[in-house]
Amino acid sequence: MELVFEQLAALPREQKVVIDARHARWASPYGLTTLLCIAQSRLERADFTVPENTDTASYWARTGFFRHAADLYELHGHVPRHREGESDVLLEITPIVQSADVHGVVGRIKDKSAEILHGQLGLDMAVTGRFGMTLSEACGNIVEHAGQGGWVAVQTYAYRKRLGRRVVVIAVCDAGIGFRQSLESSPAHRTSDRWDDSRALEAAVLRAVSRYRHGDDGRGQGLAQIRKFVAKWNGKLSVRSGTARLAIVPSWDEDEPMQEALPYFPGSQMQIIIPEKINDNASATLSSRSTVTRASARAS
Amino acid sequence: MSLLIDVGTVLRDSVSVFYSSLLTRPTGAAVRNEIERRVVEVGSPVVTTIDFSQIDLLDVSCADEIVAKLLLRYYEGNNGLTGYLLLQGVREDHLDAIDAVLEKRSLALVAWHDGQAELHGIVDETERRHWEIVRELGPVTSDRVSEQLGTTDVQTTTQLTRLWSRRLIRYEDAHFTVPGMNEPDVGVHAQ
Repeated sequence: MELVFEQLAALPREQKVVIDARHARWASPYGLTTLLCIAQSRLERADFTVPENTDTASYWARTGFFRHAADLYELHGHVPRHREGESDVLLEITPIVQSADVHGVVGRIKDKSAEILHGQLGLDMAVTGRFGMTLSEACGNIVEHAGQGGWVAVQTYAYRKRLGRRVVVIAVCDAGIGFRQSLESSPAHRTSDRWDDSRALEAAVLRAVSRYRHGDDGRGQGLAQIRKFVAKWNGKLSVRSGTARLAIVPSWDEDEPMQEALPYFPGSQMQIIIPEKINDNASATLSSRSTVTRASARAS
Repeated sequence: MSLLIDVGTVLRDSVSVFYSSLLTRPTGAAVRNEIERRVVEVGSPVVTTIDFSQIDLLDVSCADEIVAKLLLRYYEGNNGLTGYLLLQGVREDHLDAIDAVLEKRSLALVAWHDGQAELHGIVDETERRHWEIVRELGPVTSDRVSEQLGTTDVQTTTQLTRLWSRRLIRYEDAHFTVPGMNEPDVGVHAQ
């Protein structure tokens, strides 16, 4: 997605663009929800060319992508039909605009999530309720802070390249005002030379600062709870906003904790990855493999 | 007079008949307002118990609106919210959210689980020891608590007064009890 952001950042918002996905073979929930945000971020309705690979296009249809994309893009190419009830995804791409949408999403995912998190990923049954709470907090951020609607999607898939295990992924994206502008709207905000998107992300994600904290000490707990959930289940959290991206990186991943000076993209894009649980021996092997991989990467 | 409020019923009455989870701040604010309305309408209950047993999920934002802000409203003391606020029917995953919001705002409250009172939130070790003696022996006098803990009368009185002012214990006829203990089985059940 960063390559797409880079190309878009150079163009005025009113310029018409074409998103060419003809040769795409796969997209994560993060990628698909972000593609919808791209359309929302443009003033001129963008064109979108559908993947030529029938399996890819079929999968994107099952996620509900084309149903929403049709409202935002001028679609070109063959769009596979998507019949209700045939989806094998945990949560199809769903718009989040108001509080009722959050209730809808959490209610819809409740039964399926127990089966997948416990049954397929081997996580403790206790994860199910906490997963719903985390999903609620992540979506609630759009309602509270984005200033416009966004998107959520949840999917499980085999994360072979990096992890060799199945994962469940939550993607929550919007093209709204983003963390920096949200925090700047607080009466308590003091501008400094060091204030930018990365500082805004650190304040919100790591220090639970909220624009509503002025006069309400209880604010900012949602992201803290998401971090707690991710840490408990050995997961990964990444949040991109404006020109920065912050990640809480587990031992099995090699991501940068903070990336700055990225191409600008409005709003905020959050991804939560929770891996399948494996036994302690396998975990130790995996952890040492990950360390070796990182050492090799540094050496090269 | 005691008042039992089924928060699941309040949720369905005040927000949506289709909801069984307490999620998001707007939902929490609507539910808190309705709870306040019912408490004030009944008029000065000594103990108000919020029952969570019909609630599926409770997220932190909603817990902050309902539990933490309601407690703060009780402390304000000028809005018709009087007496003691208790919780019951709280599950382990509800407690994740409730403990988080109490900790964030340095609050504490009493919740009842299977006939046993538990203290949640921010209390220091000395406060907790005094509270547990009151739970164990109550109704109990200050002298008896001193004797049990081997503390001076002044120390004990100071701690018990702090717990009473935080509405974590009751004081009646020179005896301390945990609120909700030995409540007469009469009162209004608001549902």
